[in-house]
Amino acid sequence: MFDAFLAVMVRDLVLAMRRKTDVFSTLFFFVIVVSLFPLGIGPEMNTLRLIAPGVVWVAALLASMLALERLFAADYDDGTLEQMLLAPQPLFILVLGKVAAHWLATGLPLVLMAPLLGLQYDLSADALRILLYSLLLGTPALSLIGAIGAALTIGLRGGGVLVSLLVLPLCIPILIFGAGAVEANVSGLGEQGHIFMLGALLVLSLLLAPLATAAALRVSAE
Amino acid sequence: MSSRLINWFKFSSPPAFYDLAGRMVPWFTVIAVVLIGVGLYMSFFVAPTDYKQGEGYRIIFVHVPAAWMSMFIYVIMALWSGIGLVFNTRLSAMMAQALAPTGAMFTFLALWTGAFWGKPMWGAWWVWDARLTSELILLFLYIGFIALQGAIDDKRRADRAGAILALVGVVNIPIIYYSVKWWNTLHQGASVSISKGSSMGEVMLITMLIMALGFWAYSIAVALMRVRSIILERDRDTTWVSQLPEMQVR
Repeated sequence: MFDAFLAVMVRDLVLAMRRKTDVFSTLFFFVIVVSLFPLGIGPEMNTLRLIAPGVVWVAALLASMLALERLFAADYDDGTLEQMLLAPQPLFILVLGKVAAHWLATGLPLVLMAPLLGLQYDLSADALRILLYSLLLGTPALSLIGAIGAALTIGLRGGGVLVSLLVLPLCIPILIFGAGAVEANVSGLGEQGHIFMLGALLVLSLLLAPLATAAALRVSAE
Repeated sequence: MSSRLINWFKFSSPPAFYDLAGRMVPWFTVIAVVLIGVGLYMSFFVAPTDYKQGEGYRIIFVHVPAAWMSMFIYVIMALWSGIGLVFNTRLSAMMAQALAPTGAMFTFLALWTGAFWGKPMWGAWWVWDARLTSELILLFLYIGFIALQGAIDDKRRADRAGAILALVGVVNIPIIYYSVKWWNTLHQGASVSISKGSSMGEVMLITMLIMALGFWAYSIAVALMRVRSIILERDRDTTWVSQLPEMQVR
């Protein structure tokens, strides 16, 4: 079963590496959105420091929505998805493999880029560390929850907008605790509680989201 | 003792339910009109003026029942969705689809009356209170459900996809509620609190319950009417629809 997980993950990673523009466009969308805020709000450093956690987190949320559309679309188009549904391995594992690859290709670059963007907002080294941790815990959960929306909207017109409409409300708790962790660190309250909640949300979505995604895939590919 | 008094599964067939719903709609309509009429009369003329909030508080009699209904309808919707997925009945998904617009309407009504109430009481149309925020997110969930069903042309897929979304949403609602609540207390401290609890007078409570029951009856009546339309729309090519008396008039 673990072999199936690895096989799906490696395959998707190889595919992602062959189409590097997809990976980079998500990453640069994230960079551009974060860089636009100071232009809209003004270069006042105190304000920027205050809004930095929220801005980086909202941008990460939007960027991960952007990438979701492609999660199942190509496999659906060329029939791979049907083969996966027929495979003897549980669909849960295959979905998990696809989501893991998706996160490694689109989520992890965001996480690694975030501290650099945090510097633009004059965050302290400690706050940058917390930003990294919170994104590291939060973005996999975003990918897991987003996969449900992606599975529900396979092959629909206007799929991209629809995914955001379905998934964004469900991601609100992760946004709250993710941005909250950094904010709590900046204001000296201690970030532990938020980080623990993010971890709990990640574990919960790791358990439940692939089940819902598998059910949604069966419905959509029927 | 294998005999059941009523075979409930009989009504899971759209033709049987179409008939039953048609007979139930007038009753619930009458109940809704009477209860909401009595409730509105009581809320404007019988309920005493609040010593702190004056006359403005009277909007509570619409606001609170609407907020109750908005949450309750989502749960019922998820319940129908679950039944539809388990028993594979078409009608359950139709009920969920019929309830969604009513639920969204009540959510919007709760937000809107909340804004009208908030302006004189707190001096702001909108505050980022935990309840307001989670009610807003509930509205987003309703809109997502309606949008998903609207985007899928294949009815069977629309039903089942909507059902999964409703179930995912209902699992998420407590998480969203508590995260928003903690977020709110961290940011604002104890600024505004809508909770009153037991401090409410008896007349006010009764009025509110009457209004809530009236909204219930209204929701049932409207959902049944809507489900009848949905049944007709989906089964328009079948013989039983073409033989209905209301289809004979040309």
